[in-house]
Formats: sequence, structure tokens, C-alpha cells
Amino acid sequence: MHKSQEAPVAEPHSISEPGTPNGGPAASVRALSHSFGELRVLDGVDLHVAPHEVLGVVGPSGCGKSTLLELVAGLREQSVGDISVGGATCAEDRLARCAYMPQRDLLLPWLSAIDNASLALRNRGERREAARRATAPLFERFGLAGFERARPAELSGGMRQRVAFLRTLMAGKPVLLLDEPFGGLDAITRGEMQEWLAGALAAEPRAVILVTHDVEEALYLSDRVAVLSARPGQLVAKLAVSGARARPRADAITTPEFARRRQHALAALKEGR
Amino acid sequence: MMLAPLAVIVLALAAWELAARWELVADALSIEPFLIPAPSDIAEALWSDRELLAEDGWVTLREILLGFGLALVAGLTFATALHLSDTLRRAFYPLLVASQTVPIIVIAPILVVWFGFGITPKLVIIALICFFPITVNALDGLRSVDPDLIKLMRTLDASRLRTFMRGEAPSALPYAFSGAKVAVAVAVIGAVFGEWSGADSGLGHLMLQSSAQLETARLFAAVVVLSAFAIGLFGLLSLLERRVAWWGR
Repeated sequence: MHKSQEAPVAEPHSISEPGTPNGGPAASVRALSHSFGELRVLDGVDLHVAPHEVLGVVGPSGCGKSTLLELVAGLREQSVGDISVGGATCAEDRLARCAYMPQRDLLLPWLSAIDNASLALRNRGERREAARRATAPLFERFGLAGFERARPAELSGGMRQRVAFLRTLMAGKPVLLLDEPFGGLDAITRGEMQEWLAGALAAEPRAVILVTHDVEEALYLSDRVAVLSARPGQLVAKLAVSGARARPRADAITTPEFARRRQHALAALKEGR
Repeated sequence: MMLAPLAVIVLALAAWELAARWELVADALSIEPFLIPAPSDIAEALWSDRELLAEDGWVTLREILLGFGLALVAGLTFATALHLSDTLRRAFYPLLVASQTVPIIVIAPILVVWFGFGITPKLVIIALICFFPITVNALDGLRSVDPDLIKLMRTLDASRLRTFMRGEAPSALPYAFSGAKVAVAVAVIGAVFGEWSGADSGLGHLMLQSSAQLETARLFAAVVVLSAFAIGLFGLLSLLERRVAWWGR
């Protein structure tokens, strides 16, 4: 067993967008507050994300970012406020429209990479061979060709996150909720993965809410960035940052424009402490 | 890899043989020679009594396998139920632990009074002994599943049943095997207790009989066969585990 096999981070080919975005936001929350018993974690948050837009959410630890994703996904019922995903307001319907990618890849160790990625299809009742056939092109397209049969234990951290993201994509939901997807990776891999994700989203655009504590990651990948304060999380700032994702990461993060936005975001974060 | 333990066993047996044959040691410790037979005597008994040992051995093995199987089914079902229902777990988990405080030695004769000399009391005893390690380990295994995995499965359109079958059950399998391995080793003890409390066949019964007849070599031979059962069953489960639940913990 060859540990940590690496596949080169290839540039994905672009394909036609799945379906047409209808008018109005893909997901929105209004006056959202949430408490766990006595502990208030979110306070009066207003956010929305358009159909093919990436909304980055940054904030210090414990500010309720992960809770925000769980609430939007319908995994939890909110204490106060309205949440709507693709027009659906009740938790069950939201659940059907969201795909959630947790911090750790949580790939099932007893399944191969392709079986992991096609999990949503299997859960809906598709047969294994059909599910594999449907998923295989994505492996090809996103630089994982040849690793379909590999077990998660044989893959490096970056590759596992890629498979986890493919699993999220294959669920075929219009809204993706990414919870610090690259948090567990080293700095170099993280940079590569950010570029890879930028390419993946260019090929398969979705509405994305990306939660991260890494300000640069948010600024590079997002179209807009929301900054939350420390617990209870309140909206401190909303920044428009589109354009960075289209360029190679090394170029994008060294422009003066980027530096200015980073200053702005960091100032907002500090203000929110 | 097997060399080190084998070497230890061989050395121990050799020392034992020497001590038994060398009358000086027996005299010094004032042990009657028939009380502790030499390994060569035991080996001889294993051969000359092989039909008796095989017959009784099969009786005991059947009790062990059936009792263990019963405990396995009951234990896994119970663990699943306690995992899926908070109410059940709160109600029954303390009782599960308390059930182990009742000594089997006390229960066994009562069961024989109720059910007679047949196989039933032995099955109940073995199942009671095996139930606890299987259930506790399986339950721990189910609870060890990352809650984020459950959340993930829900957003991947998995029903509760599918989440259980695809996520929780496979995660718990290595733990269940741990419990099963412990259980199978103590199952042998349970079988012997059951037979001591009332039986007309089986290796436990043979042990009592041989003890009364001062046939100590045969007695030890029966113990050797019982140990072989325990080791063999444990080994079988380990092999199965490597095939079926190779992802460990």
C-alpha cells in the first residue's frame, strides 16, 4: 500500500452549468438568532447568497459560524428568525436543497474513494455500478483520475478533501455549505486546494456559503465576505471582493487591491472581538 | 512472531516435566505425585481417553456455540435499541451494569432447579456471561460514531435506517468484535459452571468425575481441551475480524 499518493492538481475543463438559476437568492437568513439553552451564539444575522455566488463567512472561533451552516441546512431549528433556501422555509425542505461539507472529510474508511463520492446517489437508491458510472467523470475532471478504487487511508489529506468535495457536488444540491474545508491541511496544501476549489466552482457553479477562519482564503474564494463578531455572532461587515477567484492564487493575493481588502476584513474582525 | 510465546510454553512444559519426574522436588514440597501429573502423563491421557474427551467435548462445544450465538443476537439487538432510543438507554443501561453484579455461581444452581439437567440452564448461564461484554462494546462502538457523520448523511439524503446501516453499524463493528472476543473466552467458563451445577455429560461434568476418581491426568486433559476451545474460538473471531472489520477503530 503506497501511502499518500498524490495526483497533480489539474485544471478542470469547464462544462455547461446545470440548470438555470431562477430569480432571487439561493439562500437567505433574516434576523437570525440562535441559542443553546442559556448560551446565545448568533444574534440578529442577515445574509443572503445568490445562485452562483460564493459567500465567505469569517469570524473568530466560537462565533457561531458552524451553527449558522447547520441552521441553513435544516439540521437544526433556529431559535429566532427566518431562513429560506430556494424558496423553502421548513427544515426538511431546506435539508433536501443543501449539501454540507464538514471540517473533517469523514470519508467512510471501508468504502473506496468513488463509493464515498457517490454516497448521495446510493442513498437515493441507485445501484452501485450506476452510481460509480455517474461519478467517474468527476474524478477524471478534477484531477483524481486513477484513484477511484483507493481507500481513504491511502490518500493524502488534500486528496481526501477533494473526494469529500466531490461527494458534496454529487449530491446535486443547489446550495453547498462548506465548513472550514481546508482547516486540517498544511499551508502549502491549503493554497493548492483553494486553487483547485476555485477551478471546481468555475466548472460547476453553485451557491456556496464558505465558513473559514482564514481571512485570505475567504477573500480569494468568495464573491462577498461577511464578517461575524465574537460570540454571540453578529454581522460586523459585508465586503464585496469578487474577481480574485478567477486568477491564479499567487497572483490574486499579491495585488494591492487584495491587501486593502484584507486590511479592511482584519479591521472588522478586530472590531468584533 | 509465534516463536517467542511457543518457546516460553515449551520451556515451561519442560521445567514442569522435570519437576514432576524428579522426585526430589516432589518430596521437598510434600506433593503426592498423582496430584500434579507430568505433561507426558497428560499427553497420554489425551490420547487414551480421546473418545471420551471428544464426546464430552462436543457436548460442551455445542453449549458454548449456542449460548454465545444467543448472547450475540440479544446483545447486538439490545445495543442497537439502546443506541437509537435515548429513553431506552436511560432506563436500561444502569440495569445492564447492575445485572453483572449478581454472581453466576449463585444463579447457576437455581437455573438447574428450574430447568433440569438439559442444555437450557447452560445456555442461559453462557448467554448471561457473554451478553454484557458484547452489549457494552457494541454500544460504545455505536456511540463512537462522529456526530458530524450523522449530520453529513442527513444532507446526503440518507434515511435514519440508511444512516445506521451505512454509517453507524460499520463503525461499531470493530468494537463489537472486541466484545465478542472477550465473550467467547468467558463463554467457556460459563459452560463449565453450568455443567458443575448439574449435568450428566460435557467436559465440566468429566472434570468433576475425574476429580472424584483421582484421575488427575484426565482432569488436566479436559482442561487442555477447554483451553483449546477458548483459544481456537478467539483465533477464529480474530481472523473473521480481519476480513470483515479491517478498518479498526
